Formats: sequence, structure tokens, C-alpha cells
Amino acid sequence: MRGTTLRRLRLASQITFFLLFVFLLLRTEFPGSVRSAGADVRVPYPVSLFLETDPLVALATALSTASLYRHLLWAVPFVLLALIVGRGFCGWMCPLGSLHHFVGSMKSERKRGPKLLESNRYKRWQSAKYYVLTVVLVMALFGSVAGLLLDPLSFLVRSMATAVLPVLNYGLRASLDWAHELPLGPARVGVSGVATVLDATVLSFRQPHFHQALAIGLLFAFVLVLNMRVTRFWCRAICPLGAMLGVVSRWSFVQLQKHDEKCNDCKRCELHCQGGDDPIPGAIWRKAECHLCMNCLGDCPEGGLSFTWSGRPGKQTRETPQLQRRAVVTSLVAGAVGLPLLRTGPGVKAAGDPLLIRPPGSVDEEHFLDRCIRCGDCMKVCPNNALHPALFEAGVEGLWSPVLVPRIGYCEPNCTLCTQVCPTGAIWEMTVAEKIGSPARMAPDGTVQQPGRDPNRIGTAFYDRGRCLPWAMGIECIVCEEWCPTSPKAIYLVPAQVTDATGQTKTVRQPYVEPKRCTGCGACEFACPIKGRPAVYVTSAGESRSKANQFLLPENQPLQRS
Amino acid sequence: MSPRAPDDARRQFLLRVLRIGAASAGTIGLGAFLGGRSRRPEEGAATGLGRDHAVAANAALPEMVVAQGPSPQLLVQKAIDDIGGMSRFVSAADTVLIKPNIAWDRSAEEAATTNPDVVAELVRLCLAAGARSVIVTDVSCNDAESCFARSGIADAARRAGAEVVLPDTRHMRQVDLKGGTLGVWPVLEPFLDATKVINVPIAKHHSLTGVTLGMKNWYGIIGGNRSRLHQRIHESIVDLAAFARPTLTVLDANRVLMRNGPTGGGVDNVEQRNTVIVSTDQVAVDAYAAKAWWNLDVPRLRFLQLAEERGLGRTDFASLRTHVLQV
Ligand code: SF4
Ligand code: SF4
Ligand code: SF4
Repeated sequence: MRGTTLRRLRLASQITFFLLFVFLLLRTEFPGSVRSAGADVRVPYPVSLFLETDPLVALATALSTASLYRHLLWAVPFVLLALIVGRGFCGWMCPLGSLHHFVGSMKSERKRGPKLLESNRYKRWQSAKYYVLTVVLVMALFGSVAGLLLDPLSFLVRSMATAVLPVLNYGLRASLDWAHELPLGPARVGVSGVATVLDATVLSFRQPHFHQALAIGLLFAFVLVLNMRVTRFWCRAICPLGAMLGVVSRWSFVQLQKHDEKCNDCKRCELHCQGGDDPIPGAIWRKAECHLCMNCLGDCPEGGLSFTWSGRPGKQTRETPQLQRRAVVTSLVAGAVGLPLLRTGPGVKAAGDPLLIRPPGSVDEEHFLDRCIRCGDCMKVCPNNALHPALFEAGVEGLWSPVLVPRIGYCEPNCTLCTQVCPTGAIWEMTVAEKIGSPARMAPDGTVQQPGRDPNRIGTAFYDRGRCLPWAMGIECIVCEEWCPTSPKAIYLVPAQVTDATGQTKTVRQPYVEPKRCTGCGACEFACPIKGRPAVYVTSAGESRSKANQFLLPENQPLQRS
Repeated sequence: MSPRAPDDARRQFLLRVLRIGAASAGTIGLGAFLGGRSRRPEEGAATGLGRDHAVAANAALPEMVVAQGPSPQLLVQKAIDDIGGMSRFVSAADTVLIKPNIAWDRSAEEAATTNPDVVAELVRLCLAAGARSVIVTDVSCNDAESCFARSGIADAARRAGAEVVLPDTRHMRQVDLKGGTLGVWPVLEPFLDATKVINVPIAKHHSLTGVTLGMKNWYGIIGGNRSRLHQRIHESIVDLAAFARPTLTVLDANRVLMRNGPTGGGVDNVEQRNTVIVSTDQVAVDAYAAKAWWNLDVPRLRFLQLAEERGLGRTDFASLRTHVLQV
């Protein structure tokens, strides 16, 4: 096939996968309709598909958990794919790679031609990604996949979900509102039409707000802008998935063949090279760096380059990444020492931050950290905007892992969306019945007909009586009780005689929490009319996932007759 | 050097002076204009938007119809028929707002939200009476999209031909409610734009007022920090009821949430009552229901007394022309 055809095919593939990615990301939301009243609401598409087919996610979590969660087996075909076409994934499929490709291609060739040629030559610093990969995997082996912050799909999903889409939403809404106000006359129909289309596609009904959005957004913008200096800097120097595929690519079949006799040294093959792998005859082709973008083939006017399936390397080929033993050892040590260092902080211990409220269904903190890849899919899907990227609530290691912030959004009892989308089982999949539990049923004679099942708790609510209206000021309120979704309610009211400032006595209902019924959903905290610091708030105490973070002595177990 | 050169230079100079002059004058003018506009920012509020949506009384027709039977849809049909038919209330020029309770993310069986069949039947009747458009909306407490979907109301109402409007904070207007307790609050625009208003609450238990019925349902036409209303809940309810003044109240009591209101949860708190009450008197409906299912002492329910004092209706429901239908 001719180079230009291959190049067009590649472009078509990039666009297809990018659109698929965006579609799935946009559909990572409340599905908009409920099939039948009793049934659990499910996300209708495999929205975490890209994360679940990511070989690095599979490998790292396999190292940290000695298992593969749910659909992660789907990553295996992608490893096989790399065994055939090397880093073809980077050039043809990776949505973040395509974005880099696109931004990088906006450089002006005429102005920067010679500089471009120079910057597209292989550089020693391209090895950095292999050291990044080493650190990521060693940390995973020691039980933390925090390094997958840098997994390209996790990076892209998180950045889009918590920064790009909210910004887009805000901007589009503001423009639409502005356009609605314009004196357009009948042309206003056009504005409404655009609004309807946007509503049905990209806009969310509620403007999402995320903690850390600024940091995540700026990092994303920075990484994209780097492409203006060095094409696909991320892919060449940082990406641990690219590195992994690069390592695997040494066994792959595709080989670049250079026909020296045809080359007239015009250097065009280097002009649009994505990987920085030196396709030009006379130099060593770095197989592990090549994205198979096919630009060099299309750009060569003499037909001096071709790819073959022979599997037999050309004369000027280096199949393995170029690594320095020193640096490899350093990164091994960094990974091995770095994690214990991070773990010396209080993050993993139950004595950690009381506001570290994890999503419902989460596994206990130690296992959470060896699963959560910080992709932010859970944050994207939550209809209540309850989940946010953590700063240091879970220690430095827990950066950007999900934390529930009830003041912004509480956890809806009959929603299990985050448990459905989490690709790695940090939030273990759960049904609504498991989430809300069930009370024990007794026959009139006292025999247990159906043993009760505890609800999934993410924490417990506590009152700040110094701020609670009926307690502190003798004013009627009980909005918390109204909102409490459990049945029977976890908040109960006790009428109390209070004396107001004029000396008159009156009766108000004062709220109390029954911790055995409270699930920590945070609806009370969300609804409390005292803005800022609420009068009722949830902390992680009593969360189901932790054996240590408990404050109640369990009820008597029925005695076993022997 | 050409002889015209000095002229050119002078012209250039004059032009420059003119340009600078114009720019300075413009800047000063704009500055003065903007300076004159400087006011301490205060939210404006519309007044006089509360209107009475009621239609003329008719001594030949009942003021309240209590319909009982197994089919919610039939109950609505027969009750409306009996009270004069929908054409008595809705005509071709009308934009009708139907306001069910869609406050919570609960399924219809849990009886925290209005029965979707009741809503759908009302939509059909309004459209059959020729209404220009029928809008179904509510300002939910839980996430609106989830509430509208799970309650089954969005689907049912849409299928019946209504326009279902998700409550959007951008489509609210600051309105002076002119109540004793409630002043300026954001009110949902579809409510303000409607010419006829039908309140479709569901009967539920509530810890603060004992029951939540028709008048409390008006909480759902306003936005803002509603959690504050509970501090003077009786006064708030009455202020809103006085502002809303519906054409009709259709109380859904097919399933009644007897305990753990207003959110319920599970079906253990729900009792089957198979009843729909239709009335032009929003106070009487509430009084009737409070007595009938919770056996509350009507004279001791403050919001009912306040409402009567405000002239919103009669708490002495026995004095209304009432029909009881078995359907
Ligand atoms: S945190 Fe709660 S409300 Fe949010 S997605 Fe998870 S289950 Fe749903
Ligand atoms: S917990 Fe959230 S951020 Fe972490 S892996 Fe699961 S979905 Fe991604
Ligand atoms: S007391 Fe608060 S946190 Fe606990 S279940 Fe009720 S609303 Fe949720």
C-alpha cells in the first residue's frame, strides 16, 4: 500500500477512536431514563471501555492485587496487538496520542522547518518514559497504583471529566444565555435549535464543579502546549503505557525497511515523524519509539522507506529501548523506597483524615490504593457531583483519588453508578439492594424469618449542637430529618422545652442520630440550611469498608447451639 | 523636496490632534456615562406576579369530589367529570401548569412522589379540553433528572402529550411573594407564565407539620435556599399558597405514605387508600386528608388555621358541597 493511503487510514482510525472515546465519556452519566421502577439504574454503554482495555492498567493492578478485576481481561488482546504491531496503538488508537498529534501538527512548517527536523530526531531523554514505567510498576508491586496518574487514558478521562467538560459546559451555557438575550427576532429559533442540539449531546443539565479542577486543567493544558516545542513530548518522554508497548514492540512483526540507494537525503521523512525514531536512511531506526504513524512513508518522494511484516529487522534497526543501567537501578530504588516513604504518612491508617469519605462500595483503604488509578470516571458519572479529586485527604499518595464531599453532593441511596464504572474494583460493583441493606424480619414469636443485612456505610453523621438551630438557638428546623433517606430514618427527633431570648418557653424538636441506621450518605449535611460549615456533618467513622474505623461495639450475635 | 511637503506635515499634525481629541472626548464621555450608572448592586424583583388562577364558582356543581376505586386513571376521569369537566377549567387559550410532587429520587411504589397515572390522565384531560400547552414541572430536592425519571412522571407525562420541564435555576425569576414571611424568592418561570395551574400533590407524613399535602407542594415552585423555610414552616406554606392560588387541587391518595415522610423508602410505610380528591378549595382538601388518614385535629394544624384566616379556603370541609364517588 502506498504511504499516503496508509496515512489516510491512520487518520481515519485516529478520528474514529477519538470520537468513540468522547462518546463513551459523555455517556458516562445518569442514563436519563429508568427502565422500570424497581430495577437498578445502569449505565447503558461500556463507558469505561478504554480504561478496561488499557494493558498498563491491567498489568499494574495485576501486580498490586495478583488478580484482574471484571473486564480487565480485555486488555490481553491489546497486548497481543502490540506483539504484532508494536506501538501501533499510540499512532492509531490512543485518544490522548491523537490529541497530541493534532496539537503538534499546528506548528508552522515554513517557519520552523529546520528546527522541526532537529527536534524530531531521536533524543536520549526519550528513555525517561521507561524509568517512569519502572517506578510505576515497582510501586504497583509494593501495593500502590498511584503512578497510574500518568497512564494516558486515566490522564485524559480525568482531565476531560473534571476540567475540560465543566469548562466547556460553563462556556457554552453562558454563550447560549447571552444569545438568548439578543434581539434576534425570529432568528431566535436558531439559538433554541443550537441549544437543543447541545443539550442532547454535550451539555449537562447541572453545571459540575470539581475540587482540583484548576490544577488538573492547567496540567492538561501544559502537556498539550508542550507539543508546540517538541511533537508528542508526552508520548516520547513520559507516557508509561507508550513505554510498555515500546518494550513489547521488540517482538513485533512490523519492520521499517530503509532503501539507502533511493535516499537523496531530503530529510522529509523526519519532518512529521511522531515518535522521534529516526526513520531516515543512514541513522538507526528505533523500533520502540515508532508510533507507526506512516508519515515518513507518505512524505518520502523517492519511495525510500517501506514497512514489512517479515519480522526480520533491517540493517539499521535497534529493537530494544536504549536504557542506562544506572538510571534503571535508580528508578527501581525510587519505586521501592518512594512508596514506603509515602506510606509513613497517616493516609492509610484509619487515623487519617476524617473527611476521607470514599464512594459507596469502596474496598478498604489499603486495597483502594492498590486499585484506584485516578481516572475520575466515578466523578464523571455521579449525578450529584458528590465525588471529587482528593488533594491530601488520603495522604500525598492519594492525590486525585475520589473523595465524597457532601456539602457539594451527597450519595443517593438507590444509585450505584460509580460502582458500575470503576474499571479496577477500587469501588467494587454493588447492587442497590446490597447498598441499602434490609432490616431483619421477625415472626411474632420472635424467631428470625430473614436475617437483616447492614447497609453499605460510607460514614456516620454527627451533630454540631453549637450550630444546629433547635439545639443552639431554639429555632424549629429538622430539614436534616426530612432529607434523611433511610427507612426508618437515621435521624430521630425529641421535643424539648427551650427558653428564648425573651424568656418565653417553647417546644422545639431536637435531632439525634441513630448510628445503626445512618449510612453516611450526607443528604443531611447537604440540606442543612447553615451554609459554610454545616450543623450536621459526615465523617468516615463507621464506614463499612474498614474494620478499624469503627466506634460501635457490634450487637450481640445470636448464640450458636452446639 | 516638493513644495507641498510642509502642507502635508501640517495636515498630518492636525489629523493627529483631531484623533487624539476624539479619543479623549470618547473616553471622557464613556467614563462619565459608566460613572453615572454606578449603583450598589441589588437584585431587582418583580412584583404583582401572584395571580388567582381560579375559575368562577358554580353553585350547581360540587366544590369537592372524593373518588374511590382501584384505578387511579379512572378516579381522575370521574372526579373531574363530576366537578364540571375539564372544559370548565381549561380553554383553548390556556397554558396549563401541572405541578406534581417530584421531589425525591423514589419510585412510584414508594409513594414519595405523585402517582404518574394521575399526572398523565390530567395531562390528557387538559389537552382534550383544548389547552394550548400543558407543562409538567417541579423543583426537586434530589437530583432532578433522577427524580423525574425514577418517579415515572417524566415518561408518563411526555407520553400523554405534556411538555416536561426540568427545573433549571437559570429559568427562575426573582419575585416578591409579598407574604408575611416570604419576601423575594426565585420562582420557576413556567409557573409565572401559566394561565391555569393544577396542583397534584401526594398525601404524605411529615415530622414537622404532621402531614404534607397540597399547600406544602408549593415549595416546589421556588428555588434558592429552601431549607430555611422550615424555621417558620406554617407561615411559609400559607404565604406560598396565597401566592399560587391554583385552579384546581388534585390530591393523589392512591398510595399514602403513612410514616417516615416525606422521603419514605421501601414499601412498608405505604398504605393503599385508592382515593383521589379534586377540589377548587386548596385548604379544604388538606383539612379533609389530614383528618381522614392521620386523624389530626384540624383546628390545631397551624397552617390550616392561618390559611383560613388569609381567606384561602375553608378548613371546615364538611360545609363544602362534596360528592363521594365509588368508581
Ligand atoms: S457517590 Fe453515590 S450518588 Fe454518586 S455515583 Fe456513587 S452511588 Fe451514585
Ligand atoms: S475509584 Fe474512580 S478514579 Fe479510581 S479507578 Fe475507580 S473510577 Fe477511576
Ligand atoms: S443521618 Fe444523614 S448521613 Fe445518615 S443516613 Fe441520614 S441523611 Fe444520610
